[in-house]
Amino acid sequence: MRRVFALLISLGLILFFVNSLSILPEYGNVELSKVSNAYINKSVNGNNEKVKFGESKDLEDGAANVVTSIVVDYRSFDTLGEVTVLFTSALGVGLILHGFKRKTYGRLPNFILRVSVGILLPLILLFGVYVFVHGHLTPGGGFPGGTIIAAGILLLYLSNEEFDLSKTSKFVESYAGSLYIVVGLVGLAIGGVFLINFLPTGVVGDLFSAGIVPIVYILIGFKVGAELSGVIADLYREG
Amino acid sequence: MVYYISFILIGIGIYGILTQKNLFKFLVSLTIIDTAINIFIISLGYIEGKDVPIYSKYTPVANFVDPLPQALVLTAIVIGVGTLALGASLLVRVYEKYETLEVEEIAVKEARK
Repeated sequence: MRRVFALLISLGLILFFVNSLSILPEYGNVELSKVSNAYINKSVNGNNEKVKFGESKDLEDGAANVVTSIVVDYRSFDTLGEVTVLFTSALGVGLILHGFKRKTYGRLPNFILRVSVGILLPLILLFGVYVFVHGHLTPGGGFPGGTIIAAGILLLYLSNEEFDLSKTSKFVESYAGSLYIVVGLVGLAIGGVFLINFLPTGVVGDLFSAGIVPIVYILIGFKVGAELSGVIADLYREG
Repeated sequence: MVYYISFILIGIGIYGILTQKNLFKFLVSLTIIDTAINIFIISLGYIEGKDVPIYSKYTPVANFVDPLPQALVLTAIVIGVGTLALGASLLVRVYEKYETLEVEEIAVKEARK
């Protein structure tokens, strides 16, 4: 009986959503809003020139990846809040799981695991660093890069029973978070706005371009990697 | 159509929340709804025949899908990870106390005290 009612409720909800399709734009046929156009042409302040890869320079935001330029430049304050949410949840996991012992199996981990970690770990860390250093040019950025690094740390936890990173991760996390705010305060001192892009933005598509965007994304990468490694360390406890 | 996929996933998630009595399955249902809403927001920005919003040597001038929903979903995914980790850690504590995740068995153990 309970299942039938649940089915009816969820079907009703789906029906409600399907009915509301008529007020939505047709799929694949959406008009770009004024805000999106301003973000894409990097002309929020109203300099209406088309951006061209490898040629346009000294734009108000030099990141080739438009999503990155929104997340880390135009809406950087939001991202600061988002990083704070992640920090709070990592802190909450640490508080809830406080007092457990580290999980041990009483024997060495599998030989294949131990050997392949030695081969794979440098590659995984290198790839993570690549992803967040190139966050303003390619898909990716600080959040995926940090997650990749945390995956590498998980391999270390699985393969080595004595491995412990909790102190290092707390150190990296707090310093990366503080430096993010310091970058914002320097912008406040130079440009008069918190987190303003105060460095020269360079040519679109260069590695050294986009002003503070790569710096902030590298800091976010370190912070997210440290936080997720901390969550992994907290969850990897004796139940 | 991608809209329908996200609606169906939301329906599956609601059904799971209403029927499942295992707390872990409950958490999985919440995550399904989370993912479905992300798919919906992303699909609102899709424009047929246009490219990823990244200036590169293959797309030197702007011919892009809407980048704004993608930026919003990036935020939503990270917060989803945070809530999932917090929920999972709460489940670890519940399992440590009751040695089960079934709601009815937990209620029986609570009543016996």
